[in-house]
Amino acid sequence: MPSLTYLEAIRQGIQEEMDRDPSVFCIGEDIGIYGGAFKVTDGLIDRFGSERIIDTPIAESAIVGAAFGAALTGMRPVAEFQFMDFIGCAFNQIVNMVAKAHYRWGAPAPLVIRGPSGGNVHGGPFHSQNPEMYFVHTPGLKVVCPASAYDAKGLIKASIRDNNPVIFFEHKYLYRRIKEEVPAEEYIVPLGKARIAREGQDLSLISYAAMVFVALEAAEILAKEGIEVEVADLRTVSPLDREAIVQTVRKTNKVILLHEDVRTGGIAGEIAAIINEEAFDDLDGPIVRITALDTPVPFSPPQEEYFLPQVSDVVREARRLRAY
Amino acid sequence: MPTDIVMPQMGESIFEGTITKWLKKPGDKVQRDEPLFEISTDKVDAEIPAPASGVLQEIKVSEGNTVQVNTVVGTIASDGDSATAAPEPSKPSAPAKPAAAAPERKEVAETKPAEPPKQKEMVEPAHEREDEHVRSSPLVRKIAREHDIDLSHIPGTGLGGRITKQDVMAFLEKQASATPAAPAPAPAAPGATSAVPLPKAAPTPAPAPIPGEIVPMTQIRKIIAQRMIESRRTSAHVHNMFEVDVTRIVNLRNKMKGAFEQRYNTRLTFMPFFVRAAIIGLQQFPIINASVEGENLHYHRHINMGIAVALDWGLIVPVVKNAEELNFLGLQRAITDLGERARTKKLVPDEVQGSTFTVTNPGSFGAVFGLPIINQPNVAILGVGGISKAPVVVTDPQGNDSIAIRSLVHLTLGYDHRVVDGAVADQFMALVKKTLENWSEEVG
Repeated sequence: MPSLTYLEAIRQGIQEEMDRDPSVFCIGEDIGIYGGAFKVTDGLIDRFGSERIIDTPIAESAIVGAAFGAALTGMRPVAEFQFMDFIGCAFNQIVNMVAKAHYRWGAPAPLVIRGPSGGNVHGGPFHSQNPEMYFVHTPGLKVVCPASAYDAKGLIKASIRDNNPVIFFEHKYLYRRIKEEVPAEEYIVPLGKARIAREGQDLSLISYAAMVFVALEAAEILAKEGIEVEVADLRTVSPLDREAIVQTVRKTNKVILLHEDVRTGGIAGEIAAIINEEAFDDLDGPIVRITALDTPVPFSPPQEEYFLPQVSDVVREARRLRAY
Repeated sequence: MPTDIVMPQMGESIFEGTITKWLKKPGDKVQRDEPLFEISTDKVDAEIPAPASGVLQEIKVSEGNTVQVNTVVGTIASDGDSATAAPEPSKPSAPAKPAAAAPERKEVAETKPAEPPKQKEMVEPAHEREDEHVRSSPLVRKIAREHDIDLSHIPGTGLGGRITKQDVMAFLEKQASATPAAPAPAPAAPGATSAVPLPKAAPTPAPAPIPGEIVPMTQIRKIIAQRMIESRRTSAHVHNMFEVDVTRIVNLRNKMKGAFEQRYNTRLTFMPFFVRAAIIGLQQFPIINASVEGENLHYHRHINMGIAVALDWGLIVPVVKNAEELNFLGLQRAITDLGERARTKKLVPDEVQGSTFTVTNPGSFGAVFGLPIINQPNVAILGVGGISKAPVVVTDPQGNDSIAIRSLVHLTLGYDHRVVDGAVADQFMALVKKTLENWSEEVG
């Protein structure tokens, strides 16, 4: 099996879908000759030409507007944002036009909006955010946040094939840090299905994107102390895999929710409510949230480290919950 | 001022209820709306919330006893009263009224001479510090409920002495390995793991010749037993059986299942096909949707479809009212919803009465067919057997015979021959068969 980085896996997924389906095309800033801010689309213009790898002016609202129009006429656009922090510029297009197309007219809007999000790269407050929850809150959109290279490829392919608009958050910290073997043959990873990244019976850590690796590292340390942690990777934040969430809580009876997004309005609150509704009687301790602080992402490296959840935070909270 | 706790009226036609379990002991703090005790009526089981916050002062009707609605079953002292309200061991709570009914006041007077309290729960406060608060978790409390154990006996090893899952599991294990032999002073009936809380078994007077355990029937089991015998005695049961080729429906369901579930967020099952076919049949043969009232026949205007649901602790028949007005999707939703709520004890009494016809599904566990007992006061019940593939001789339009693999189901109709004759029952079933074999309705 070829070994791919997270970034290469996404590129390969897009390329395979463009080979397979002529209605798929890419649109974004500097994605052609330059190959994209992070080089995700590097080389695709040579293969598909400038009619299918379209460079645009710096105008996120126009990118989404053009992609949405194309989607309504039967195309399957993949729109790139240089940083997902700039998605605010296209907010109205996404939540008022794209998300409601199917509700208003029964029209499918099969577009993918993708780009890098997340911190831990000293990018400061405009290049490190996790804006997924604005869209999780908006009915009509799917929100995908892969953690592994395997999932990144399988999920981008599933997102392109999905008839609903999908916002695809790539974690920029993982782009070149994650390298793993990915099957050469065709596969997709279905949207809305979580995976168990590590099995355990003492408590559950539910997370997604880069924090999955923080969870796994903490699980490794805790295993040496005899605490067997189950790590669930949500993969898709909307729709949530409620069944998988409830199942792992039923199994371990104690749960920590971990994410890089800020605390207030983060998905952890929603998951806690689901557990409360569906598995209250299975809880043997309080639901614990570990999240970033309710502040902008700091630029200063020590402050950013303080701001983001760390392995040591997870280990500490897991010990406390285990003893509860 | 203490607040009276009364047996609530759980539906128009309910006149009495049995207390199956007290969830609190005298002296326990209770919050308003917190579950306080469990009751069983002849329609449903339910948890009853506390009418006020304070301290449970007194239990007047103990577990296992039946009283009329609005009877005072206990009292809650408001927080201010609580210091004086803690029960003393020597003052017995009024023991239960023995099912029938004598005026309550008299009973209280009669029982003044200290009769030793029978219920374990009533003795405990004497051994316990009054303000003791057992710290646990929802899971631990659930396990305690299911195994009928008193958490105050379990030492907690969690933070601040909290009882953890590990503590309660260890306690259960110890209890299981310790109990079997000793017959007389066993602390509780340890084998009783049924979901429905049982009244404690009375000590057996003489050693039984056959080893085993004697457990009183639960309220729901008593009712089922009584109803079954009553139905056998009331109706002249006859059964017919039809073999129906449901290949078309099996294929249709396989094809539609994914999209249906995605679109409507509810499973597509076989049940609504059979229910819908029965509805069409009942509209043609109204005598089957009737009941006997004295020397009259009551032909029902609407079809209220009873759906038998097997529970771990018994059987219940929730009713889809005015089922003839629902389309396929509506039937599917209603059936799924009632089934789920039956299993989670969320049905309200009005949802389990008023059926005019019943469908039951012995096939769900693989039975080829069943011979169901009529659900009174219905005059017929449709039993749906298991669907399985079998070689069948099929004849084409030219009259050529060949053997094909088809999906078959065996439907039985149990009918009351007092009012439904064989010819009518058979014609009804022939129409059900025809509807199913030539299914043409929109599914969704």
